[in-house]
Amino acid sequence: MDAKSDPAARKPGTTVERASDRELTITRTINGPARLVFEAWSRPDLFQRWWTPKSFGLSVISYEADVRTGGGYRLVMRHPAAEQPMAFFGRYIEVTPHSRLVWTNDEGGEDAGAVTTVTFEEKDGATHLVVHELYPSKEALDEAMADGSTTGWSEQFAQLDELIVILDAKV
Amino acid sequence: MVQFSTSLLDASFAALSDATRRGVLEQLGDGDASITQLADTFHMTLTGMKKHVGVLEQAGLVTTQKIGRVRTCKLGLSRLAEETAWIEEYRRLWTARFDELDQIVEELKQKETHHGRKE
Repeated sequence: MDAKSDPAARKPGTTVERASDRELTITRTINGPARLVFEAWSRPDLFQRWWTPKSFGLSVISYEADVRTGGGYRLVMRHPAAEQPMAFFGRYIEVTPHSRLVWTNDEGGEDAGAVTTVTFEEKDGATHLVVHELYPSKEALDEAMADGSTTGWSEQFAQLDELIVILDAKV
Repeated sequence: MVQFSTSLLDASFAALSDATRRGVLEQLGDGDASITQLADTFHMTLTGMKKHVGVLEQAGLVTTQKIGRVRTCKLGLSRLAEETAWIEEYRRLWTARFDELDQIVEELKQKETHHGRKE
């Protein structure tokens, strides 16, 4: 297949699936060994560079993380569509180098917070990532989806599309 | 889910490829209408209009509700379509993240090779 003619095939596929009433699963293969991919997830200076993509208008205000089992994290970021900066915080339930990261998302309150599990699986020099978000209930996930759609992300998506067009033109 | 989302998109484009169905959407933009009213407006049989509305409904562009013997059609995204749209937005956010992650991992790889050569 000619990958260049198909925009969907050109980018290594990111998939997002609602795996069940209360679960979301995100997958992607990154071109590099698990050791280095894990480093980019667990070193705060590297993590904040990709977790809040500029192409989305996101910017980091502050970020602190103690990436150890039992350690905490707190990320404050800004999005032009939101008047106030947004804070995300929680703690690491499991940090197993090169293979598994598990953390809580406590900003939504005790009943609404999801648990995020990331697994790193290396094969032929590339790392397959599976990000699993487990919500406490169907209602909690439904609500998270309803909130997200009204925060004005769409405007940013439009900008992202423009950016992709510009990037495509350069290639 | 990407496949699922693509199939919904395909269904939307297929639904919009027909002039009558585009007309129905325009009509519903002015207000809700029953299948009978739509059939009259477009000079069609009830069965024919039911088919068109069915296609629009499957694409998530129209929702219908049966009250008594009357089926009312309404413009709007179905829950399924809304959820699909949300998931597609979320997928784009993650794609942007992973594209940058890919670059950082590439930097780390190059640094390693560089150091390896020096030593």
